[in-house]
Amino acid sequence: MSEYALLLGQLFNGISVASILLLAALGLALSFGLMGVINMSHGEMLMLGGYLSFLTLRFAPARAAFALAFVAAFFGAGVFGALLEVTLIRRLYGRPLDTLLATWGVSLALQQAARSIFGPIGVEVTAPKWLAGSITVKGGALGGLNFPFVRLFIIGLAVAVLVVMWAIITRTRLGLCVRAVHQDRDMAEALGVRTRLVDLVMFSLGTAIAGLAGAALALIAPVTPTVGQSYIVYAFMVVILGGLGRLLGTLLAAVLVGLFSASVQIFTSVSFADVLLLTFVIAFIQLRPRGIMVVRTRALEEA
Amino acid sequence: MNGGKRLPYYLAALLILALAPAYLSSYELSLLGRFLALSILSLGLVLAWGRGGILSLGQGVFFGLGGYALAMHLKLERLGAGEIPDFMEWSGLTSLPWWWAPFRSSAVALLAVVLVPPAFAGGLAYLVFRRRVGGVYFALLTQALALAFSTLLISQQKFTGGFNGLTDFNELFGFALGDPKVQLVLYWITLAFLASAFFFSDWLLGTHFGKLLCAIRDGENRVRFLGYDTAPCKAAIFALAGLFAGVAGALFTLHAGVISPAMVGVVPSIEMVVWVAVGGRESLLGAVIGTLAVNMGKDWISSATPELWLFVMGALFVMVVTILPRGIGGLLEPLLQPETVRYYLKIGRYGLVRWLGLARREIEAGQTGSAMKQEQVEQNA
Repeated sequence: MSEYALLLGQLFNGISVASILLLAALGLALSFGLMGVINMSHGEMLMLGGYLSFLTLRFAPARAAFALAFVAAFFGAGVFGALLEVTLIRRLYGRPLDTLLATWGVSLALQQAARSIFGPIGVEVTAPKWLAGSITVKGGALGGLNFPFVRLFIIGLAVAVLVVMWAIITRTRLGLCVRAVHQDRDMAEALGVRTRLVDLVMFSLGTAIAGLAGAALALIAPVTPTVGQSYIVYAFMVVILGGLGRLLGTLLAAVLVGLFSASVQIFTSVSFADVLLLTFVIAFIQLRPRGIMVVRTRALEEA
Repeated sequence: MNGGKRLPYYLAALLILALAPAYLSSYELSLLGRFLALSILSLGLVLAWGRGGILSLGQGVFFGLGGYALAMHLKLERLGAGEIPDFMEWSGLTSLPWWWAPFRSSAVALLAVVLVPPAFAGGLAYLVFRRRVGGVYFALLTQALALAFSTLLISQQKFTGGFNGLTDFNELFGFALGDPKVQLVLYWITLAFLASAFFFSDWLLGTHFGKLLCAIRDGENRVRFLGYDTAPCKAAIFALAGLFAGVAGALFTLHAGVISPAMVGVVPSIEMVVWVAVGGRESLLGAVIGTLAVNMGKDWISSATPELWLFVMGALFVMVVTILPRGIGGLLEPLLQPETVRYYLKIGRYGLVRWLGLARREIEAGQTGSAMKQEQVEQNA
């Protein structure tokens, strides 16, 4: 394999990691931008989506099972997110650090529950046959390059979700309310926007997308009780880099983190990649403390 | 803080702890010694999080830096000039890495314990807070730090002992660590460190700086408008929390005889926050009580049913935050105010007098009542 091919291969890996990170981080970034709340159990929504897709594929009729798995993951995680918002997060409004701790507690309990139910070793999900192959480049400068269909599918899923989210935020009435609440919560409320309902819907939508991410992730790696934890820290880095409340920022940050990890791994081991990523993020916020994309306001932010 | 007024209570608690060897078995004492070492770290969290509003989800890193610095010295203490620690031999190293070599000297190791963690903590905090990055971001960054630190420790097995960490220590400064007498002295040394850290923190919270921290927590921008640069203040208190964590790590390593990535990663770091959250983030005494209580609970629960512990910890987080945000300390502190105590004493005395008075009247009434009955009985007859 030539050097170009190797580089291009890593680039592809980076984009593929970035698409999962994007799905995981979208919900986090949305609810953080809107409510100032970080949901530490967001990673467990990935896990939930993964296990739901595993259960669906096992018990549902074979023909529709694959599509059903994604539907189940989406709605399962979404409903769980809504419950979490109503029972816990709503009560801790205006105490971001406390929300962080409470949702971390939820995350620990969920992880242990998964361990008790499904065992500490992961469960495997087999992708349908039409996703099993891959495109291989033969000969030429890029000879030996391999693009598995599964990864292409995940990239496509991430792009589709991004487009739908963009459409919701810029083209629908809900999106209008979301933008209004994001810019000025009190004013939006005064004009009749039901801000708590907007919070609930967006939070639940965010966890639902994380569920989708979990179902997608299940196609390429076994679902384990700690699958969420291993992705969530990177998703947090994406949120920090991306800035608040802009889809484009989250997209750019996810690609940046994905590519950074993939390219660093050419030169050094995975463990050093973590250290370098953290160093990179800290260096980056020296330059742009509010992330890649900033919504300019004259408000003095206390968050 | 009104440390002066509460001094009697503090001294009483200290006395009870100092006399622990008299009434605890050696196993219980070694557990208590460990937990007291951990309490030093909790005091740091009270200062940084409870007072300064800086939540750290990576306190295990500073704990680990202190612990590993001392453990490296312990591994080298008995070795000759060309020898290397056992785990390095197993990993195929033939000579000591250059950055291990200075730890041969005990002075260097002790200096590293008290200098490296605060320098690292303060530097990180200054870099982040200098750009006015918010508290939630900082919490997430410290968590990433804990993840990176523990993966690095595990992956660099030939330098760090990998997953098993550093263990099998023989002696410190020529004292055999297994000796019961040495263990006893170690317990008192730990208690002395805890007491000094406690009284220093109590004093610090009452100073101008302590009040400034409170102001930064409650309204950072207002403090800025008053002309203060808040970043160095936050960095300073976080460095102090790092120092406490480092010292705690070193003492814990001596008590436990091991330091490993299992004590410095993401989950152990968040567990440290639970201790303080349960004990009361704004109360020094509460944090110590919380640390002891949660760790004893953990020891008890995980020996009975290990799976249960994570559920309990999760539930503790949710309950403390929603129902009891000020923790045990929030319940205890008002009870310990001298005015409150005097008030309860007064109520108690008044109640006692009243009760006695009523009782006496009742007795008299009872007597007259029965006397009247007797009269009636006599009349009927």
